[in-house]
Amino acid sequence: MNLEEYKGVYIFAQQVDNEISSIAFELLGKAKDLAKDLNTEVTAVLIGSGVKGLADQLAEYGADKVIVVDDPELKDYRTEPYAHALSSVIEKYKPEIMLVGATAIGRDLGPRVSARVATGLTADCTVLEIGDFPLQAVPGQEQLHNQLLMTRPAFGGNTIATIACPYNRPQMATVRPGVMQKIAPVKGAKAVVEEFNPGFTPDNKYVEILDIVKAVTETVDIMDAKILVSGGRGVGSPENFKILEDLAEVLGGTVSCSRAVVDSGWKPKDLQVGQTGKTVRPNVYFAIGISGAIQHVAGMEESDIIIAINKDADAPIFDVADYGVVGDLNKIVPKLTEALKAEIAAAK
Amino acid sequence: MDFTLSKEHEMARALFKEFAEKEVKPLAQEVDETETFPRETVEKMAKLGFLGIPVPKEYGGQGCDPLTYVMCVEELSKVCGTTGVIVSAHTSLCCDPIMTYGTEEQKQKYLVPLAKGEKLGAFGLTEPGAGTDAQGQQTKAVLDGDEWVLNGSKCFITNGKEADVYVIFAITGMVEKRGRMAKEISAFIVEKGTPGFTFGTKEKKMGIRGSSTYELIFTDCRIPKDNLLGQKGKGFNIAMHTLDGGRIGIASQALGLAEGALETTVAYVKERKQFGKSISGFQNTQFQLADMATKVEAAQLLVYKAAMAKATQKVYSVEAAKAKLYAAETAMEVTTKAVQLHGGYGYIREYDVERMMRDAKITEIYEGTSEVQRMVISGAMLK
Amino acid sequence: MKIVVCIKQVPDTKGGVKFNPDGTLDRGAMLTIMNPDDKAGLEAALRLKDQYGAEVTVVTMGLPKAEEVLREAMAMGADKGILVTDRVLGGADTWATSTTLAGAIRNLDYDIIITGRQAIDGDTAQVGPQISEHLGIPVISYAQNIKIEGDSVIVERQFEDRYHVLKAKMPCLITALSELNEPRYMTPGGIFDAYKKEITVWGRADLKDVDDANLGLQGSPTKIAKASDKVRKGAGEKVTLDPDESVSYIVDKLKVKHVI
Repeated sequence: MNLEEYKGVYIFAQQVDNEISSIAFELLGKAKDLAKDLNTEVTAVLIGSGVKGLADQLAEYGADKVIVVDDPELKDYRTEPYAHALSSVIEKYKPEIMLVGATAIGRDLGPRVSARVATGLTADCTVLEIGDFPLQAVPGQEQLHNQLLMTRPAFGGNTIATIACPYNRPQMATVRPGVMQKIAPVKGAKAVVEEFNPGFTPDNKYVEILDIVKAVTETVDIMDAKILVSGGRGVGSPENFKILEDLAEVLGGTVSCSRAVVDSGWKPKDLQVGQTGKTVRPNVYFAIGISGAIQHVAGMEESDIIIAINKDADAPIFDVADYGVVGDLNKIVPKLTEALKAEIAAAK
Repeated sequence: MDFTLSKEHEMARALFKEFAEKEVKPLAQEVDETETFPRETVEKMAKLGFLGIPVPKEYGGQGCDPLTYVMCVEELSKVCGTTGVIVSAHTSLCCDPIMTYGTEEQKQKYLVPLAKGEKLGAFGLTEPGAGTDAQGQQTKAVLDGDEWVLNGSKCFITNGKEADVYVIFAITGMVEKRGRMAKEISAFIVEKGTPGFTFGTKEKKMGIRGSSTYELIFTDCRIPKDNLLGQKGKGFNIAMHTLDGGRIGIASQALGLAEGALETTVAYVKERKQFGKSISGFQNTQFQLADMATKVEAAQLLVYKAAMAKATQKVYSVEAAKAKLYAAETAMEVTTKAVQLHGGYGYIREYDVERMMRDAKITEIYEGTSEVQRMVISGAMLK
Repeated sequence: MKIVVCIKQVPDTKGGVKFNPDGTLDRGAMLTIMNPDDKAGLEAALRLKDQYGAEVTVVTMGLPKAEEVLREAMAMGADKGILVTDRVLGGADTWATSTTLAGAIRNLDYDIIITGRQAIDGDTAQVGPQISEHLGIPVISYAQNIKIEGDSVIVERQFEDRYHVLKAKMPCLITALSELNEPRYMTPGGIFDAYKKEITVWGRADLKDVDDANLGLQGSPTKIAKASDKVRKGAGEKVTLDPDESVSYIVDKLKVKHVI
């Protein structure tokens, strides 16, 4: 593998129902930074059926070039034809970096493609930067420059690892949605659009889609919520979660809970935050009546702002909270909801 | 001498622990508070074979050794004393005597569904006038044609009303013993639903409140002649031998309660702060915990030793008595200290140690009080 | 029907995380469990076994100690266990792991391969799809519901806002989510039986059609540049105020942080 042949920062521009997913724009935002450091261009790879018209949008968000693979076989996402499309693009165009969103599609497509083109893949990255590998020069080992350094949490957020892919190309990463910043779109921006079709011949690897069922669940995935109002055993009863729901509604947030609440049968398991539940990182996390056992904290400490309300001043939740209020949640929460209602109404 | 458990036993413990944490612990408080028999838990345990652990596979059991069974009761009791005793009474007091003394037909008919957990078992020896003194029995069984006719009552029966199969003791005659007339006692298998077999009042207890404790009443209760368990007149021996096994079960329950209280307390003292520091930083706390841990481990060694004795020896009365005596008294002491270390919170029902202390007390009483255990132990020494 | 389930012994994150000096995980120093998604995959296989009849073989790659998860799987109902272990396989990333497992699975007959979606230590979700690629069979990731129909499987494949009902010809690979099912418990008797069974142990030499260049730390394209315990953020402010003041305090903070 001649590593020098590989040029340019590529992103997989995920579309679903011919609508570009937000993650594609986020990847473009990051790709632009990386391309600047490497003095190269950003290319979006758009795969689908009848998707060519979406190329301009990708240009507005920072793509210099768009490679379109358009074929009826690519109408709805299926692993094999998409993997064939993307790996064919990689084999033909030889990108230096290939970014894919860590979505339900990307986390299926990425590994399949990386195995096919025989390169490494780093999953679910939260930080991408250009730097040296090894980070510090080591005697007897060549220090490589301009490497993609991919940082990702592991062990449910207990550890952080920075990973490089120094001897294989492309350097591939899947990137966690909601982490990278998209740029403000440049209206009227145009990209070089190139169509490419590697040819699709269905074989045993092509699966058949029998049905597509949309909007599977009514409940919001707490992992996607920007604001979480989370309750613990201190809320006292399932009925009393109403005051948390009211608060969440005012802020456009979602209610979640601690394990004790699930164990007591007050809330379903899919709302549980923590080691045995879900790991969340909303912009604001309200911990209400949650003592803050380490297992709970492991699932929410990544939140941008943590606000804790608890009557026990010694509760460990205050050790991780940015803003801790010692007091009676039954008195504070309803008043807080009213106050926020007034604030939001006034701001309109 | 090797004190390490085999990998099989380690894995079995992990299984019991996981089950206890996930399925039993979340219900423990409610089961106690509402005095509800945890029927769903019993069904789950039945599905996993927990109700037939030491019963051979050919009789529907798991074919494991007594130590595996002991660890099951121990882990269940760590989180819920009620669940622990349900398994102990069923296994040690009902499956075990049928396994040991039952005919092949009795084993097929009763032991197989008991071991599979399709049926629940209980044991009826105690009467209002015959607790520690088993010779004070009043319940009588008279052979009438092809049937035994039972009359009398039994009290404080664990799994009473919930159980389907009961091992019952009754007087079947008088025999001369060392020149005096003594009651001849025999054992019987009685099914729930047999005409003349009814239940009296449900006891309201201090602890193990989800366990169902009833009076059993027999009024001209006719059971088939074939339901005599073991030989006629051997009832006293059957009862005593069964209780030797039962005591290992109760010792395991006591051990579990002590361990549960200790674990809960260790977690609590690390979190709880007073005078600006965690109370685990105080020497009193540290020394109390050290004493508690030492006694718990000593109890565990005695209980496991008794389980091994049951596996390898014909007679293990003394091992069982020592295990039960020490584990029960340790349970009482450790749970009491656990409440003390919790301070005011320890006296509040929301905190598990409050329940554990109430649950612990019974282990010093049933299946032979601590005093009876001392009689058994010293009796063997002074023989 | 023959089903192969790939399982992994993972550190129980409750026990804390430890590293070797080279930045790889010190697996020997941590408490371990069967990876939850893999356990769901095993349960799915056992349900297929209950429903259609199947022989379930569990495969794991790891240290000799990983035998424990095979025993656990057999105590749950798996028929056979294969441990792939060799010094030269250590330090593998997902690429090298998938190459190794594919090399092991090539020795087996299979209609369905099931892997967990992802392991709680790495959270990569890559090994399953990569194995399928090496073996040239279809993959269905994020499976929710698995049925057999003739020579095909019908699976609900989960996406963020929908699911696809997919039909794939066997042999195929399915990755399972821990939400797929509630894995059964072992049984006490099953545990003792599992320890009586033989476990097949394979080393490097037993892997089929695998190049040395694709194995172990050397064969891993991705390299760890740095690994560390996450720095936990310290305590922020803590106030004790009356309810009205508490409310104003929180509202002010939300304003300062531009939440409202």
